[in-house]
Amino acid sequence: MTALPLDGVRILDLSGVWAGTFSTVLLADLGAEVLKQENQFVWQPNTRAVPGPRIPAAMTRSGPGWITGFPNGDPGERPWNYHPMFVSLYRNKRSFTLDIRRPEGKALLGRLAAISDAVLENSAVGTMEKLGITWEWLREQREDIIFLRAPGYGITGDYREARTMGAHLEGTMGHQLLRGYAGGGPNSNSGIFAADYIAAAQIALALMLAIWHRNNTGKGQFIEMAQAENAAAMFAQAYMNYSLNGEVEHAIGNRSIYAADGEAPCGIYPCRSEGEGGAETGDDRWIAITVTGDRDWEALRELMGDPDWARAPELATAAGRAARQDLLDERLAAWTVGFADMDLFARLQAAGVPAAPVMDSSRVLDNPHVQARGLYVPRELAREDIGVYHYPRPLYEFPDSQGGIRLPPVAFGQDNEYVYRELLGVGDEEYQRLTDEGHIATAFSDTL
Amino acid sequence: MTGPLNDVRVLDLTQHVAGPYATKLFADFGADVIKIERPGGDPSRRLGPYKGGTPDPEKSGTFFYFNTNKRSVALDLKTEGGREAFWRLFERADLVAENFRPGVLEALGVGWEEMHARRAEVPLVSISNFGQESPYRDYRGSDLVLYAFAGEMYSTGLLEREPVKMYGTAALVQSGSAAATAMMGALMAGRYQGAGQHVDFSIADSHLVGVDRRHATVMGYQFSGRKTLRSPGAAVGMLNGVFPCMDGWVDLQGGGPRFARAREFLGHPEWMEDEKWDDPAIQMNPDAIEEFNAWFYLWLSERTKREIWEAARRVRFLCGPLFTIDEVFADPNFRARGFWTLARHEALGEVEIPGRPFLMSETPWELRRAAPLLGEHTAEVLAEAGYGADEIAALAATGAAGVRS
Repeated sequence: MTALPLDGVRILDLSGVWAGTFSTVLLADLGAEVLKQENQFVWQPNTRAVPGPRIPAAMTRSGPGWITGFPNGDPGERPWNYHPMFVSLYRNKRSFTLDIRRPEGKALLGRLAAISDAVLENSAVGTMEKLGITWEWLREQREDIIFLRAPGYGITGDYREARTMGAHLEGTMGHQLLRGYAGGGPNSNSGIFAADYIAAAQIALALMLAIWHRNNTGKGQFIEMAQAENAAAMFAQAYMNYSLNGEVEHAIGNRSIYAADGEAPCGIYPCRSEGEGGAETGDDRWIAITVTGDRDWEALRELMGDPDWARAPELATAAGRAARQDLLDERLAAWTVGFADMDLFARLQAAGVPAAPVMDSSRVLDNPHVQARGLYVPRELAREDIGVYHYPRPLYEFPDSQGGIRLPPVAFGQDNEYVYRELLGVGDEEYQRLTDEGHIATAFSDTL
Repeated sequence: MTGPLNDVRVLDLTQHVAGPYATKLFADFGADVIKIERPGGDPSRRLGPYKGGTPDPEKSGTFFYFNTNKRSVALDLKTEGGREAFWRLFERADLVAENFRPGVLEALGVGWEEMHARRAEVPLVSISNFGQESPYRDYRGSDLVLYAFAGEMYSTGLLEREPVKMYGTAALVQSGSAAATAMMGALMAGRYQGAGQHVDFSIADSHLVGVDRRHATVMGYQFSGRKTLRSPGAAVGMLNGVFPCMDGWVDLQGGGPRFARAREFLGHPEWMEDEKWDDPAIQMNPDAIEEFNAWFYLWLSERTKREIWEAARRVRFLCGPLFTIDEVFADPNFRARGFWTLARHEALGEVEIPGRPFLMSETPWELRRAAPLLGEHTAEVLAEAGYGADEIAALAATGAAGVRS
C-alpha cells in the first residue's frame, strides 16, 4: 500500500454550502487533512442542515426525504450531525469550532493557517473582509500559503456582492432557459445543484494545481473562482452555437442537442409501473434511450419486432429521424410502456442501444452496479447513536492506497481535542477557558 | 508557458466530451496534452454546432471548445507502427488518460499491465460509463442515459410529466471536472511517490455519489423511507420562486427571514404600509400570498430582470435573472472581468469562447492555441520523440500515422 496522493497536505476549510463543502470532500478523499472550522454562534446557511439548527419533529414527518427525512422521524437534539442533505459532505474530514469573529479566535485561526497548506472560503464578498481574513493577513501567517476564494460572481465587478445559490447563477449564465421542457416555461423547472457540482470539483482541482506549483517553486498563490463563470463549461455548446452562428438555443427537454448528428430518437419513455400508484407515490417507471446513429436505430427496430411504421424509408437516415422526433417519441412510448424498466434496460443494452431506467432514490442501494462497485458503505456515526446506514464512498479509488470512508461523517466539533491540544498545543486549563468562552463546543448555541 | 502544469506531459486517449474536458483543464493550465486521435479523428468532430451549420470535422463547435491547447497526433493503434509510436510517446509521458470501452485498451495492445511493466511511475486514468468492473461494464451510455440512471433526474421536473434532464452534456462536463481531480491525484502519486496507479473513473459513479442531490435523496430515503418526487407544480410563495417580469424571468428567494426587507426591495409601496406584513407567519397564509402576489406581479411587469436583480442585490436577496445566451454574451460585467477569450483558428477564424474557469495569481490560465486540426502535430510530436523525417513519412505511407501536409 502507498499513501494517498494528498497525504500530508492540510486544508483549513472556511467554506460552506454544497460547492465549498463538497470540494473539501474530494480533497479529503484524496488524503488531505481537512480542518473544517465551525462556530457555535454562526449558522452557515445550507451547510449543516435546513432550515436551522433546531428542527421541530413535526416538520420531519412529511415532505421530501432529502429535506425532511430523519431516522425514526426524529431530528434529535443535534440534527446538524446527520441531516440527509448534508451528512454525506463530511466524510474523511475533521471538524473543530472557533469563534473567528473575536480577536483571540482570529489569532488562533492564524496559528492554524501557519501550519496549513491552503485556506478556502466561498462566502459572499464582504464576509471575509469584515473578519480581516485577507490574502495579506494569511501571508503574514505563512508566506507560501494558498488562498482560494469562490464567491458567486468573483471578487470584482458589478455583481460581486450578489447573493446567490447555484440555481440563481445558473439562471444568469443561461442554464435555466436552456434546460427543462420544450416550451414549458422556466417556472416548470426544479431547483438543481448543477453549478455546485462543477464548482466543487474545480475548487479541488485549483487547489491541487496550486500545491503542484508550490512544490515546484516554493510559492503560494491566490485563486479566485467566480462560480457563475465556472459553470459555463456545462453549456459550452450553446455558447459555441451563439459564437459561431449567432443562434440562441432554448430548452428542448430530453432530446439531444446532437439530433442532426444522429442522436434521435432520444428521450425518456414510460415503462410499466410495478407498484399500485403513479408519480404521486414514486411508482412511475421510465426509461432513457439515446439512439446515436443508424446502427443503434437498426438494433432498436429489430428489438421492436421491425414494425411497419419503423420501416418507413424516411426514418432510415439520421436527418429523417431528426426531422420526425415527435412521431418517433410517440411510437416509442407506445412500445416501451409494455415493459418493466429493468427488463427493457437489459434488452436494449444487449442489443447495443444506450438506455437505462430513471432510478428513483429508493432503488439505488439494491442496484447490482451500485453493490458491485461498493458505492454506499455501511457505517455508524461516531457521535450519534442513529444506527447503521449506507453512506457514499469516494467517487473513485486509488487501488494501491487505503481510500474509502476512512472517517465516517464528522460531527460538529468532533475534533476539538485534536485541533486544540495536538495541533495548537493547548493545555488543560486553557482548553477549559476556551470552552467556557464558547470557542470550543459540540453543539450550536441556544441563542441561534 | 505560464500554467502550473508546464512540466507535465499527458498522453490523451480520450474522446467525445467527459474525457476531453478533463484533459482540456490540464492543457489550459499548461500541460502538454498530446491528443492521440484514431483515423478519422475524435468522433466529437462529427458533433455540432458547426460554423455555418454544415458538418465538417474541422468546424465542430463541440470539438473546438473541449480541445483547446492540445496537440493532435493521428495514430492508428491497430497497426504495429501506430502502437510502436504510442510506446515511444509513452516514454516521455507523465500521465495517460483514456476513455475507451473497458477492455479496448488491452485489446489494442497498449493496456495497463504493459504500461506499468514499462514505467511503473506513470499513472493511467480510465474514464468509462460504468467502470472497468461492473455488471454493466459493457453497457453504452449517453449524457441522458447516465444522468437518468445515476443522477437525480427522477425528481427533476413536474410530477405530471416525465423527468427532465439538464442542458446538452452538462452531466458529462460535471464528470469531466471530477475526473480532472482524479488525474491530478494520480499525477501527484506518480511524481511524489513514484507510484503509478490505475484509477478507474466511472461516470455513473461520479453522479451516484456526486454532489447534485443524489447522495441526499438516497440518505433521505434510508432515514425516513420517503422517496423524493418531482414537484406538483411551480410552488410560488411570497418572493420565493421563478417569476415573470417585463422582459423575461427572474429566480428569486426573498422569503423567510429575508422577507423583513421586502418593503425596501419593493421601494416602500403604499400597499405594504399595513403592519400585518411584519408578522413572519403571514408568509404561510394563502389569502395573504394571493394579495401579495397581485401587487407583486404588477410590480414585476413594470420592471426588467436587470432592474429586479439590482433591487435584490441592494437588499441581499438571493436572485438571478434568467438570461438568454445572447444576453450572457452582451453582459458588460463578464466582459469587464475578462471572462471571454478570443481564439483564432485556421478553419473557424476568430471565435469567442468562455475562457478561464478560475483565476490563479501566479500560474494563470492561458489560451496558447486553439483546438488542433486532425493530425496537425503528428510530425512535430513524433520528431520530438526521436523519429526521423523518413520514418514519419513511412508511418504516414502505411496509414499508421496521419500527417497533415
